[in-house]
Amino acid sequence: MLLIHCPYCDETLPELEFAYAGEAHIARPEDPSTMSDEEWRDFLFIRSNPKGPHFERWRHVHGCARFFNAVRDTVSDRFLLTYKAGEPRPDLASLEAAQ
Amino acid sequence: MPRYSAFAVVKNALTGHTRWREQWPDAQPKKEYDVIIVGAGGHGLGAAYYLAKEHGITNVAVIDKGWLGGGNTGRNTTIIRSNYLYDESAKLYDHALDLWDGLSQELNYNVMFSRRGVMMLAHNVHDVQSFQRHVHSNRLNGVDNRWLSAEEAKAFCPPLNISPDARYPVMGAALQMRAGTARHDAVAWGYARAAAARGVDIIQNCPVIAIRRGPDGAVTGVDTAKGFIGAKKVAVSAAGHTSVVMESAGVRMPLESFPLQALVSEPVKPVFPCVVMSNTVHAYISQSDKGELVIGSGTDQYTSYSQRGGLPLIEHTVAAICEIFPIFNRMRMLRKWGGIVDVTPDRSAIIGKTPVKNLFVNCGWGTGGFKATPGAAHTLAHTVATGEPHPINAPFTLDRFRTGRLIDEAAAAAVAH
Repeated sequence: MLLIHCPYCDETLPELEFAYAGEAHIARPEDPSTMSDEEWRDFLFIRSNPKGPHFERWRHVHGCARFFNAVRDTVSDRFLLTYKAGEPRPDLASLEAAQ
Repeated sequence: MPRYSAFAVVKNALTGHTRWREQWPDAQPKKEYDVIIVGAGGHGLGAAYYLAKEHGITNVAVIDKGWLGGGNTGRNTTIIRSNYLYDESAKLYDHALDLWDGLSQELNYNVMFSRRGVMMLAHNVHDVQSFQRHVHSNRLNGVDNRWLSAEEAKAFCPPLNISPDARYPVMGAALQMRAGTARHDAVAWGYARAAAARGVDIIQNCPVIAIRRGPDGAVTGVDTAKGFIGAKKVAVSAAGHTSVVMESAGVRMPLESFPLQALVSEPVKPVFPCVVMSNTVHAYISQSDKGELVIGSGTDQYTSYSQRGGLPLIEHTVAAICEIFPIFNRMRMLRKWGGIVDVTPDRSAIIGKTPVKNLFVNCGWGTGGFKATPGAAHTLAHTVATGEPHPINAPFTLDRFRTGRLIDEAAAAAVAH
């Protein structure tokens, strides 16, 4: 079972308390009416799906119920970092250097 | 390749079974091929077989990073059925089911296809309405499926608990008698042997590092751990790793890779006559010919390439099985494992062309690729050989995520796929 650190509760808790919420840092388009079909496809359906560090959203559903972001290695399932929603996307190189 | 037959068994008995030949040679890569297929699972090997048999293209290599059939082909729960809601899906999966029927004879290899019936349980009013809609839709499409009352379901599968005070009461079931199971490894081995007999090279333990493209953008070959191998056409059939392989050709995919777990019990005498799926409580079960109960459920919630998955899902699955079949309460489980499945947004597969010239893809089978093996292989081979999709896989394009013409089994199926 994954142990996940909620950055709001500041506690590391079992996976059962959390719901996965897909890839992080996919910004909703600011002016949808000007978007082409290709741009809609990329926004709605295309995902990076990397084998390695993945930026993703989680929600602490059985706790504070808030969304937050995480960086997790999809090969080892180890979390490199969790951080609050709205914070900038962390730099991957410095994260891996810190490990 | 000598044919397998009762006569061959007797003949080899005379020499103490010491003169059986290998089933296929372990090939080393040539400089160039007409077609390279990335991924030696059932789908990839099958496509190579149909390319050779139906289209006369025998200068083909199937390349895998591990051993053949060691990915999802060797990790699934072997369920075969075709009771999908939409016309496009029904045609595709029923095409596969038609090919399953004669597969052992065609390949001269016993894939142990057993039409033991797949029964899907309805636990609430919504399930009843949804499954009855499936039954009617299937019948309009000529796909076998029928509705059973709870008592009929119990008669068909005696271990089932249909008591009204059960934790998950059974209100009826949909039964596809034409559906069943097959021996998953034998499917890969049978296709490999039949393809190799027609001249296909099977190259194992050779990871594809990147797909290489020429100055005009068209595919020129693949970079592998054993060096560059040229190819006129490349077909990617790499299941959970499709995103990674396609990214190297500059194509971003509408896929996410999740772990899908399964487990087996200790072997016991025949006790379970069919396959039962319960999509509402997310568990399915059958008994292998070795006697093990084969149990599976849905994917883990997070994307991963770890081929493991978490224990909470296994606990949930086994709890559901024990409620529905109290007879298995004290059964001990032997082992569990995970495979990495590539899931599309609409839960339907992608078989077809890509924006890159001479690059083809077969992916997005999610949690239900095994049942489609012959159909996927057959239509992929047609697409690669002719450059245009077969009418059966024509709707399953990569482009549908741009046009919006989705095949939305995600919303309609109510299945664990």
